[in-house]
Amino acid sequence: MIEIDGITKRYDGITVVNNVSMTIEPRTVTVIVGTSGSGKTTLLRMINRLVEPTAGAIRLDGDDNRSMPGFELRRRIGYAIQGHGLFPHRTVAQNIATVPVLLGWNKARIDAKVTELLTLFQLDPAAFANRFPHELSGGQQQRVGVARALAAEPNVLLMDEPFGALDPIIRAKAQADLLAIQRLLGTTIVLVTHDMDEAFHLAHKIAVMDKGALVQYGRPAELVKDPATAFVQTLIGTSERPFRLLSIETAGDAVEPGPAEGQPLAETVSQRDALSELLWSGRAALPVAATDGTILGRVTLEGLTRRAAKPQ
Amino acid sequence: MRAWIPHLLRAALLVVLIAFLVSPSWFDPLLKPLVQDNAPAIYNQGSLLTLTLLHLRTVAIATTGAIIVAVTLAILVTRSFGAEFLPLSRSLVNVGQTFPPVAVLALAVPILGFGEKPTLVALFLYGLLPIFENTLTGLTTLPPSVMEAARGSGMTDRQRLFKVELPLAMPVILAGIRLSVVISLATATIGSTVAAKTLGEVIIAGLQSNNIAFVLQGGLIVGALAVLIYDGFSAIERVMARRAGLAARS
Amino acid sequence: MKRPGPQKGSRPEWDGDGSLSIRFDKLGVVIALLIAYAVLAAPFATFRANRIVPGDAKGILQALPAGAGMLLLALMAGVALVVLLKTPTRLRLFAAAAGLAAIAVFIGMAATFLTPPANSYARVSPASGFWILLFSFALLAADSITRMRPLPLVRLLLLVMTLGGAAVVLTSGLWDGLSILKEYSGRADVFWLEAGRHVTLALGSLFAAVLVGLPLGILCHRVAPLRAGVLNTLNLIQTIPSIALFGILIAPLGWIAVNVPGAAAIGIRGIGAAPAFVALFLYSLLPVVANTVVGLAGVPREANEAARGIGMTDRQRLFGIEFPLAMPVILTGIRIVLVQNIGLATIAALIGGGGFGVFVFQGIGQTAMDLVLLGAVPTVVLAFAAAIVLDALIEMNAPQRERGRTA
Repeated sequence: MIEIDGITKRYDGITVVNNVSMTIEPRTVTVIVGTSGSGKTTLLRMINRLVEPTAGAIRLDGDDNRSMPGFELRRRIGYAIQGHGLFPHRTVAQNIATVPVLLGWNKARIDAKVTELLTLFQLDPAAFANRFPHELSGGQQQRVGVARALAAEPNVLLMDEPFGALDPIIRAKAQADLLAIQRLLGTTIVLVTHDMDEAFHLAHKIAVMDKGALVQYGRPAELVKDPATAFVQTLIGTSERPFRLLSIETAGDAVEPGPAEGQPLAETVSQRDALSELLWSGRAALPVAATDGTILGRVTLEGLTRRAAKPQ
Repeated sequence: MRAWIPHLLRAALLVVLIAFLVSPSWFDPLLKPLVQDNAPAIYNQGSLLTLTLLHLRTVAIATTGAIIVAVTLAILVTRSFGAEFLPLSRSLVNVGQTFPPVAVLALAVPILGFGEKPTLVALFLYGLLPIFENTLTGLTTLPPSVMEAARGSGMTDRQRLFKVELPLAMPVILAGIRLSVVISLATATIGSTVAAKTLGEVIIAGLQSNNIAFVLQGGLIVGALAVLIYDGFSAIERVMARRAGLAARS
Repeated sequence: MKRPGPQKGSRPEWDGDGSLSIRFDKLGVVIALLIAYAVLAAPFATFRANRIVPGDAKGILQALPAGAGMLLLALMAGVALVVLLKTPTRLRLFAAAAGLAAIAVFIGMAATFLTPPANSYARVSPASGFWILLFSFALLAADSITRMRPLPLVRLLLLVMTLGGAAVVLTSGLWDGLSILKEYSGRADVFWLEAGRHVTLALGSLFAAVLVGLPLGILCHRVAPLRAGVLNTLNLIQTIPSIALFGILIAPLGWIAVNVPGAAAIGIRGIGAAPAFVALFLYSLLPVVANTVVGLAGVPREANEAARGIGMTDRQRLFGIEFPLAMPVILTGIRIVLVQNIGLATIAALIGGGGFGVFVFQGIGQTAMDLVLLGAVPTVVLAFAAAIVLDALIEMNAPQRERGRTA
């Protein structure tokens, strides 16, 4: 659990983050959104003390994050950034091993961890471990960046626009991988982005920052239903509201019993994508299949329309 | 041009240089046409090999001192506690480069007397500038995302310096050292005007006795040394850059 | 930028417990220590019975009349105090100027005071304390100017004011008792003759190098296969030590003088200024050509495409787009050449080419350091002034966004 308590940051009299308080539940994905200069990145960087707050406190599982030196704190918190920040003079394996080496793990444990993470991120250890970052594609670099952040098995992973530099197709894949890994490892993720689609796709809870203040913090559906300010409204986009609602849950969550014709949808696609597929195929219903191929039921145009309506 | 031709030329240059230093008399017929009938064509007031080694020693000592001081200074002014000195140190480097080496040399003589010492000081001071400037460039142009990641993964200041900043800046620092050495090799010859034992002695002897052969052999030995050392450093830089995974960046 | 960086250096300094805490300036501490050492432990002036014998070092109080000595000590203490504390930059610059003016006046006074009446052999020269003070104040001035980030024109103005101040002191006769000026007074005519030769050599070879180097650079830019060959050759020339290159050129130029009709008439000779001029010219080519190539290569593709797109001819593109955009880089090359040439021109004296080097090498030969200074100081001043002027020009030619970034 991360408790942010009245945190404020001022630079030379300019308030960048203003008295923000929020509690982040363990094993969830929290996305901080806002425009450039809203203070979202500064807020994130105060959790691992890359930025020291001017006032207020942050507690991790009850302990003040100032109870240990900053560098020790950061070794216990994963950190992944836009443009990956891989060390160009070190191999993929050495990059991933950065924090374990700093923590003094033995070699066998480090090697095992590197192999495990490379496999988890679908990078063949034999092929990739000894490559240098510049020999990888953008998507591969980004995966290594996240793998490095997770190497010391942190409970908390901070991500600063981690997918910002990726093209849309690779980005969608990276987001799906991140969700799968989060579910697998149970890591608490705090992610900063300005991409609302990404926020709705990933978040259990969304925090909206505006001019240094936290203007709303809640589940995605709450934001759509009751935007706290006009700014939140604009950010979500009035015409986007029904689609935002649909992008929160998967087709699996909208399965109804009954038969349907056509190419089955994967249960993991968002309801928004399911709707899109229905409209495009011109059908009123499509079957939904589990990952192993068994048909779970169907999604219907009518059912999705109901789900997209303003919650009562 | 084919890839092996430069290597071949370099190897040939090295062989000729060594042959000339070990047994200059072999080259007597080549230089003879340049001098009057009874004048010696090969420097005869001392061993060319000894002078070359002394020349190299002077450059090596001065450069080593310059590397230690310049790199340390550049590291200091790029730390947060030394940041106040960064703009000033930049201006000083700028100003320092305007001091002509002859002036530095001449001004060091009253304090240090004649001989090797003023030469060492002049070479040291002159050698500082390129190394300092390059180290500064190397340390201040590191990719911000890499520095952020280094901090974010919990490296201490010292670990960041030694594990990330210096390795990444190393090719640029080496380029500075290379520049410094090449300048020093040429400048050391001027040291002979204040009686330092360098190859400048050969050149000056030639100028004084109107012996073009002396001037030529002194100048060419220094030129050959500079070319070979320049190439050697370039090769090391390339290897390091490749090893540092920076090949794509440069 | 969206994120205020990790705040190095400009940490907000809120005094936790009140306003009484005194804040020291880090560089100020260094300068104050230098001043203290120079004033208390180092000699201010050296007295010698004649120009060759070893000198007798005198501290401030010995070198000056009692009242003046105390006054100088008090002035230095005042400057040190201003420097030590965190004071406004303008005040610091003023303190530096005041310090420089003070030591300039008092060293002249020391010369008059120490020289016995009607003794023309005695020599008084500045000693280490004076030089350390000079260095400290110059450092302070450099730091203040760097912090103020003045516009190029202001920097030029400061240069003119400094040189003007020095000229006033020189012509006022205040320093006439100093040994360096005694060396000067004996050879004033020669001094200005050599100064003229020095400047002619440095500027003339630069001019020739620009005349040849610019077209060569453009050619190298347009004809890629030429580039490596030309640049490598010019690089190779740079590795030949200057005194050797000067010497090597004696032979071919001597041959030309004898065998080419009319060559001797226009001043081409084996020794003297001609080989020095050619050597400086050869050294100058590399920075000019290389920077022209780099500058032209750095012209944004889009700018060139746009120029082509609106129907500019090659010539219009070169003079209207490429040249103006490449100008700062080309000027940087010219700055390197000018500063380098001013320094290297001293070596011309070794082959009878004249210039300030004449005094330097004569001085070294006679172990007369005042004579060395007479050659070295003007060279340094000339190179320094040239660097400032060219830097200002470069900055004025740079695109607006670059302004104020170079210090």
